[in-house]
Amino acid sequence: MNAKDTFIQIQNISKYYGSVNAVDKVNINIKSGEFFSLLGASGSGKTTLLRMLAGFETPNEGEIYIDGVAMSETAPHHRPTNMVFQNYAIFPHLNVINNIAYGLRKDKLTKDAKIKLVDEALEMVQLPGFGKRKPDELSGGQRQRVALARALIKRPKVLLLDEPLGALDAKLREEMQLELRSLQESVGITFIFVTHDQEEAMTMSDRIAIMSDGKILQLATPKELYHCPTSVESADFIGQMNFMKATVIDVKDGKAQVDAEGIGLVSVPVKGDFVHTGDKVTGAIRPEKIQILEEKSTDGNPGVEGIIKTVAYLGNRNHYYISVEGLDKPLAVAEQEGSIEDTWDTTDRGSRVWLTWEEDALILLKK
Amino acid sequence: MSVFKSTIPYIQRPNRPLHAYAIVFLLVLYLPVLVLPLFSFVDSFYFSFPIPGWTLNWYKEMLSNEPMHAALLNSIRVGLATSVFATILGIMGAKAVTRYQFPGKKPIVFIIMLPLVIPVIVVAISLLVMLSRMGVPLTLYTVGLGHALFCVPFSMATLIPRFHGSNKSMEEASMDLGENAWMTFWRVTLPMIIPGVLASILLCFTISFDEFYLAFFLGGTDPTFPVFVYGQVRFPQRLPNVLAMSSAILVGSIVLVYIAMILRKPTVKKQKIN
Repeated sequence: MNAKDTFIQIQNISKYYGSVNAVDKVNINIKSGEFFSLLGASGSGKTTLLRMLAGFETPNEGEIYIDGVAMSETAPHHRPTNMVFQNYAIFPHLNVINNIAYGLRKDKLTKDAKIKLVDEALEMVQLPGFGKRKPDELSGGQRQRVALARALIKRPKVLLLDEPLGALDAKLREEMQLELRSLQESVGITFIFVTHDQEEAMTMSDRIAIMSDGKILQLATPKELYHCPTSVESADFIGQMNFMKATVIDVKDGKAQVDAEGIGLVSVPVKGDFVHTGDKVTGAIRPEKIQILEEKSTDGNPGVEGIIKTVAYLGNRNHYYISVEGLDKPLAVAEQEGSIEDTWDTTDRGSRVWLTWEEDALILLKK
Repeated sequence: MSVFKSTIPYIQRPNRPLHAYAIVFLLVLYLPVLVLPLFSFVDSFYFSFPIPGWTLNWYKEMLSNEPMHAALLNSIRVGLATSVFATILGIMGAKAVTRYQFPGKKPIVFIIMLPLVIPVIVVAISLLVMLSRMGVPLTLYTVGLGHALFCVPFSMATLIPRFHGSNKSMEEASMDLGENAWMTFWRVTLPMIIPGVLASILLCFTISFDEFYLAFFLGGTDPTFPVFVYGQVRFPQRLPNVLAMSSAILVGSIVLVYIAMILRKPTVKKQKIN
């Protein structure tokens, strides 16, 4: 990565609480103007990492650079970051205007200039006319917008968001996701977004770092994460995945011959050289990459015979669970809904079918 | 005759013995207090029935009783100084206890809270011995010092729930928006805990105003009001004067304590959802 690409540099950062490594030697480079997400379950260290960026926690090791400046000696109130808190932290004793203008005290602006800035901020978060309201007269979504306006009015170099959509109901959350993304694009500020919701992260982010036990499991674009997970954990975290144990028989010309449980001998294209003959690996395949046929195909694609066990009709797509001899768990298969005639339905339970997929749909993961 | 059981739920059914007990309890508790204002209007030096006659003389005399005024003024001065000083210390202590982790936190809090359980006379004598050994002259300042020591635990007990009720992330948000710790205290923390601060000031004032042992032992030649009253009760002809003054103070302190009670309760705000 060249210098232009690393606006924020998180360098070998660790934070311990007693014997617990909340954040464990994390390295991340974040570009200017990027929408970057930290995705992980609770306790994965994502919030601790965000709080170290804001300056509320001090790392035990490592250094954070923002725009080339080391942050270890910079107090929270001098950092070029602003934060949207999980509970929004709207000051209860101030009305909306004074909440939003809170950070402007030291900016030596005239009263008119401040009012103009606040009005613009209210416009930006689509709350014009709400200025005189008290925080307890606002809904959850409105408080969230006030918190956003209050942080963005400071024109930070980096906006930190700590699960800001967690408290909203599903529909509002979806709306806010799109709104946040377009807001980020229009202001051009780097956003670092913490969430435990993989769909949320996928919807909004340029890149995502999946965190677990204080470490980065994988850092990639949403597309890469979905199609090329590098570990069982990250494959499991994003979307649905079928896993099966496999043994590498031979590696040749960028292809591995593997003996996969329940499926038998298949050839799998591999990138890099992490698989070697004799390795125990995990085969993984996405449900929607499997096709269900009535009879064994003759096009040479890999496949396996199974029996339809469960059919779940979801309208735009169908989920099937198909038991395959030799596999503990039935394979999940997702198909787009076609016409009424050519989809399988509940009456087909127990039917023998042939499952097939493109050669490169099956991927190998380190165990 | 109805065959059905009473439709009033068990918990709402009247309980006569318990009512009677409550009334007796309240009478025993408050009757003596009510006797005080009653006799302040009686035209006699002695308590006797039937009441010989009514008068407002004691209240008139009270208005011209210079030593009594001086004692009252002393008490008010000590009370004001004590309540402000103890509340400042209480704010610091409550913030430290609720916002920071530091070694020895539990023993330190225990020691601060100790005056709540130690007999005041022990504290008073210990302070007297210590101050005289140190050669500190006994004045109203030493009384104020003793009262502050005694009031800090009450102040902290009043303020800690306030700090717990106000979210730490508010203070973080203020720092995040560019204010340092001091300005964050002024602009965010203090406005959020201000009802607790006022309650603490009122409570400490009442405690200090009312306190006898520390004022008696540490007061030197300037008596506070309770000490003055103690000196007066030995002379029957002075007693009605004291009764009049006490009645006036009783009314005043009931009002103060009532205000403090209202302020002390952290308000649970209803959230409107539009």
